Amino acid sequence: MVESKQQWKAWVYLLPCLVLLAIFTVWPIINTVRMAFLDGYSGLKEAGGETFSIGVANFVKVIQYKRFLQCLKTTMLLCLITVPVSTFLALLISVALNSIKFLQKPLQTIFFLPYVTNSIAIGMVFAAMFNIVGSFYGTENEIVVTAGIVNNVIEFFGGTRVNWINYGSTYFANMTVMVIYIVWNALPFKILILLSGLQSINKQYYEAAKVDGSSKSRIFWRITVPLLGPMLAYVIITGFIGGFKEYTSIVGIFGASMGPAHDAKRLNTMVGFIYDALATNQQGRASAAAIILFGIILVVTLINLRVSNKKVHY
Amino acid sequence: MAEIKTMQEKDMNDVTSRQRVAKIIGKILIYLFLAVMAVIVLFPFYWMINSSLKSLDEYRLSMPTFWPRHILWTNYRDAFTTAQLGRLFLNTLYVGVVSTLLSLVITVLSAFAFARLEFKGKNVLFAGLLATMMIPGELFTITNYATVTTFGWINTYTVLIVPFLVSIFYIYLLRQNFLQIPDELYLAAKVDGTSDLKYLWTVMIPLSLPTLISITILKMMGAWNSYIWPQLVANDEAHRLITNGLRNAFKEASGDINYPVQMAAVALVSAPLFLVFVFLRKYIMKGVSRSGIKG
Repeated sequence: MVESKQQWKAWVYLLPCLVLLAIFTVWPIINTVRMAFLDGYSGLKEAGGETFSIGVANFVKVIQYKRFLQCLKTTMLLCLITVPVSTFLALLISVALNSIKFLQKPLQTIFFLPYVTNSIAIGMVFAAMFNIVGSFYGTENEIVVTAGIVNNVIEFFGGTRVNWINYGSTYFANMTVMVIYIVWNALPFKILILLSGLQSINKQYYEAAKVDGSSKSRIFWRITVPLLGPMLAYVIITGFIGGFKEYTSIVGIFGASMGPAHDAKRLNTMVGFIYDALATNQQGRASAAAIILFGIILVVTLINLRVSNKKVHY
Repeated sequence: MAEIKTMQEKDMNDVTSRQRVAKIIGKILIYLFLAVMAVIVLFPFYWMINSSLKSLDEYRLSMPTFWPRHILWTNYRDAFTTAQLGRLFLNTLYVGVVSTLLSLVITVLSAFAFARLEFKGKNVLFAGLLATMMIPGELFTITNYATVTTFGWINTYTVLIVPFLVSIFYIYLLRQNFLQIPDELYLAAKVDGTSDLKYLWTVMIPLSLPTLISITILKMMGAWNSYIWPQLVANDEAHRLITNGLRNAFKEASGDINYPVQMAAVALVSAPLFLVFVFLRKYIMKGVSRSGIKG
């Protein structure tokens, strides 16, 4: 009697949560799969009474679509560069922070600061910093628009200024700016996790290694890194997942055009592709791309778990 | 014999003093590295404030000044009016507060059910919910956009609040916290005839206050930083949120941008986040770091 009453009560407590999840989480999962496997599905056309045959045409189209391959390339490149770089830098900073006492807390605070920023807002600061000294669109009779501190510094040291993000800039220059911004943005979370991991490593391991007369680099690679394994795996997995969903940081720097003025959408990502398909009422295509994104994230997570499980010895 | 001994001692002293020098040099290098990295991390913030106080002419100097010659506070006033920050602040605050309050109620009730109550299929349901955390949000957005359009929610506050009220991550976080509260307290309360809701309110909520504060801050920051969904469903002037307003007010396409004013607007948008950071850093760090470690 009491038990069945509790059963009933539990469902009442869960009711608001479950109702919202049913509408905004479960139904979307079902519907996305449905839309993805209806050839050329469009919500607008369905409302007009059109029917669609079942098939994988959406997936085929997405994969063959040049824009999608460009998005995939940009996303992959950003992931493959920023995740190792930010993880390695974060590891260095964490180890350095962990080895000092004086000023440790204030430095820790400084390194966490970028975490609480608005990625669009600070993206605009980076855009201003990487601006060109000169005209914006390359047209004649245009006033000199602005000066960017990065180019100022380069010119101060006798280099030639680089067109980082403006009209006529190269893909390489654009990506360099994005990598710097994303790494800057990714550091605080990784440092937070890695430092707390380092602080929980038992000091006895280090004392034992010292007695054995192990060198510093040996201690680092044989003790610190393996014991930090789970944290490293965690920041790498979340880094890749975040990397594959990169979107707003690019909007922050380039605006909604996702690229320099002469080549909009050049830096578009997978997520950007999904929103573009959505904006043009091609829900079938958007769904297929979303499922592909999910597939990639799933595979990366599984590979990472596999690798880290093999490497981590307790 | 005595000579040899002193020789050895001298060697030993040499080694230890050399070690000491190496150690000091190592320490200096460590501090140097950290200082350089700290400067890199802080530079964008400094440059934002520095630029926001300059006149446009001074900003465009080919030899930039590292502190404004004439501090121009009016940039902040201009930023406030150009980007209509007042309205945007109020919209964001409203959406943030309402969604945080409702979200807290839902999270507390659900976490309580999962932590304390027994019902059929509890573990399966909870595992299922956790599994949905793996799915990228974009996958939901496609359908949710259609759903909220059907509901007639486009360009309302509702559309900014309701779809994101449930966060499995927060439920998970709070459930972990609730599980640490000993069962005996609950059983004792039951014997005393305390109702579940009263127990929840008088015992469990006070005991898990730090987690609830973390959730509140993260949720508020979420409203402050959200961009994609508001851009899609509520980008009219009456309901626009701060991040969208900021990005839209200073489009690249509008040509000759007044960068100092833009930087002032960015600083104004960032200011509340900094205040939260200064005063509530502990809770943010706790919430963020617990997101994975305990799993």
